[in-house]
Amino acid sequence: MGEPGDVDGNGRGDAASPPGAGGADAGITAGRHRQHAAAGTVPGTEGRRVDPGADVAAAARPRTVDEANQRLTELGAGVALTELLSGFIVELRTAGLPVSLTENLDAMAAIQHIPLDDRDAFKYALGATLVKNASHWRVFETVFEVYFSLRGREFALTDEQAEAMGDLDDLLSEMQSDQQGEQQGAGGVGDSMTPEELAEMLMRALSQNNEAMLKALARQAVRRYAGMEPGRPVGGTYYLYRTLRNLDLDGVMDKLMQQAREQAPEPLTPLEERLEHDEYEARVDQLRKEIEAEIRRRLVADRGVEAMARTLRKPLPEDVDFMHASREEMASLRKAIYPLTRKLAVRLARKRRHGRKGPLDFRSTVRHSLSTGGVPIEPRFRYPRPSKPEIFVVADISGSVASFARFTLHLVYAISNQFSKVRAFVFIDGIDEVTRLFEGTEDIGEAVHRVNTEADVIWVDGHSDYGHAFEVFWQRYGKDVGPKTTVLLLGDARNNYHATQSWVVKEMQHRARHVYWLNPEPRSYWDTGDSIIGEYATHCDGVFECRNLRQLERFVDHLV
Amino acid sequence: MTDPASPDSHRFESVPAVRESLAKVDYLADDGIAGIVYLADRLGKPVLVEGPAGTGKTQLAKSVAEISGARLIRLQCYEGLDESKALYEWNYKKQLLRIQAQRNDGATWDDVEEDIFSDEFLLTRPLLEAIRAEDPVVLLIDEVDRVEVETEALLLEILSDYQVSIPELGTVTANQVPLVFLTSNNTRELSEALKRRCLFLHVDYPDLDREREIVLSKVPGITENLADQVARIVRSIRQLELKKPPSVSETLDWARTLLLLGVEQVDAATATGTANILLKYQSDIARATKELEQDSTLGGDAAGAGAAKPWQRNG
Repeated sequence: MGEPGDVDGNGRGDAASPPGAGGADAGITAGRHRQHAAAGTVPGTEGRRVDPGADVAAAARPRTVDEANQRLTELGAGVALTELLSGFIVELRTAGLPVSLTENLDAMAAIQHIPLDDRDAFKYALGATLVKNASHWRVFETVFEVYFSLRGREFALTDEQAEAMGDLDDLLSEMQSDQQGEQQGAGGVGDSMTPEELAEMLMRALSQNNEAMLKALARQAVRRYAGMEPGRPVGGTYYLYRTLRNLDLDGVMDKLMQQAREQAPEPLTPLEERLEHDEYEARVDQLRKEIEAEIRRRLVADRGVEAMARTLRKPLPEDVDFMHASREEMASLRKAIYPLTRKLAVRLARKRRHGRKGPLDFRSTVRHSLSTGGVPIEPRFRYPRPSKPEIFVVADISGSVASFARFTLHLVYAISNQFSKVRAFVFIDGIDEVTRLFEGTEDIGEAVHRVNTEADVIWVDGHSDYGHAFEVFWQRYGKDVGPKTTVLLLGDARNNYHATQSWVVKEMQHRARHVYWLNPEPRSYWDTGDSIIGEYATHCDGVFECRNLRQLERFVDHLV
Repeated sequence: MTDPASPDSHRFESVPAVRESLAKVDYLADDGIAGIVYLADRLGKPVLVEGPAGTGKTQLAKSVAEISGARLIRLQCYEGLDESKALYEWNYKKQLLRIQAQRNDGATWDDVEEDIFSDEFLLTRPLLEAIRAEDPVVLLIDEVDRVEVETEALLLEILSDYQVSIPELGTVTANQVPLVFLTSNNTRELSEALKRRCLFLHVDYPDLDREREIVLSKVPGITENLADQVARIVRSIRQLELKKPPSVSETLDWARTLLLLGVEQVDAATATGTANILLKYQSDIARATKELEQDSTLGGDAAGAGAAKPWQRNG
């Protein structure tokens, strides 16, 4: 296969010359042409080709000298772009996205066809060719923002000070003429604005949803409040925090709602209030994003692309560690779990159905032979339905591993139709059965939430005591464990130096079909400190490290 | 394999042109959608469209077919789909008849063999039909995630080379590169091989402005004010943690309902009273009702939950 090589050659060649050349291979074509109504192109002639270069020029003509220069560098020194792109792809791979060589080449081919300085088009072209999983989009976006943050018209940092001021001034005067002097005369020019004026502008921009204005204000706010200095070794979150604290967005939000209430002819109904609130919240979110982007741009300019990409690298949702997930990551995990369970359920149901062939189904074979004149060409088989296992989930829900238990319960219950029965038990140092919370509710998330609040799991002091919990479990529910039962034990086995009572697990294994232990700690921490996983492990059929959704999914797949 | 087999004159001029012509057939594309349709045309690559149900994935293929004046060929995927349903099949009944008819005229074996594996006995199925079509076509492979992983392999040859190999006939190559759309509801992970051959487009719920525009263009007679309210309420509902957030088609159904009911101003009572059109799960309806009436007294909540009962759908 020589083609990828060729394409590669083309890609580089095109990048070095104006991208019009990209049209050459796309344009080698014989007579057929349909809706192509391009003005001025003569169908069928050798020279007929659609020149992406023309599109580039048409779509965005440079407006200033600087800009033109910049574009020339981009087009002329296309090699730089190619290099940037390969750096970009390396970073995507490091972040965990599976980008293949073909996709890389596709991306190169794709950007020949779009105007380079249309940032969004550029982003979508790269996204469509490089990212093949919607949950990877966020990671892609972050890397993209870092790599291309200094490119494009509105983001140029050179002379940005002046330019941004210009923007702000324009907007300001525009607004003033709109508002007919309602604003006090001085009406702030950039830095000369007082904080109160800035806040006032912010309020107005938010209530009118003026995007350009918000952008300019975000820039202004970062410049004024973030206190960014070159080479200062603090993270972007610090600057973000400083900026947001000074802007007091919560206060702004309250004021906006107040204003909405006052402006309404009659008192707002709860529904209206909610809608207004959501609307403003969306706008404030937008502002926050602008501020984040601005800070990121400045950091990239200060520290360089690679360093920033490294610091901002985020794990994919399926790789986020349960035990160390931030609040935001938790939210994305919760969102990821529902599609995951759905996928898993479909896969498992299919696996069950197509497991193996059973005995001949005589009736069906004869029935189907009718269409071939009674000759049984295709034999039909009876597919056996393997019996479904019974699942007992015994989960530690003490602070350190609570989120892990929550996700596992969620997952197990979401695919509960794959099991004949699911029972859930939770413990810290006492144990309680929570199966009832899941019964008769469609909302697993809600049930899992109730587990945390309603289960009676404290016996003495609320520190994990696996030994006692297991002992009580065995006394109360041990008789229900039978040869069809699979027991899942969830926890880090950090027993706070209590008695292990590992005989319970031994008995369990004796009586149950399988006993598995899922541990959310990295394997290297096992059996260190007060972790006694090794002692329990000897009596389990398998102990699995389960730190993220990927591992959890793999285990459940194995389970059925 | 990345070589787009003999591209015709391109279908679309530029991204904005795609967008405008789509808008003319009442499909409001955002920049991402228009951009990828444009790229698919330029690069001669299939588009894999993924996203929640009811966000207009299939409609996109239909609309693109409409604006490019092409015939839409649709392959609906399902579990158990195989070669004989997707690609081609030999019409063996006819072949049998042929053999039996031949028996009497004393034709030689070679004649018969040659004869029964000819075009005449070939039943084309959607994929082959798209490849052999003389007129411009748009091929839609709907819900590709429903077929088994093994069956996906059937598609690979078509998607990368626009050709089908039939052992008895040889390779059939496309006369023209059709635009191919694959849709997926993401019920399972598609194979890497398939994804690699496609451009990927994730269609999500539209943002507020786009949804309002969609409602305005798809529901004739609706006022701008009502459309705006509909879009805003739907956005608020989508922010809740629901089993199945309302899709665009459900938004449209709801807007039509409100229009028929002669509602001009949506208040909480109307919204909750017709919530069963937007939401299809009892638990979702209950939650939305509770949230929309959030600021009222606790009694109101209970009443809302009680009132939820009558709308319960069977199954």
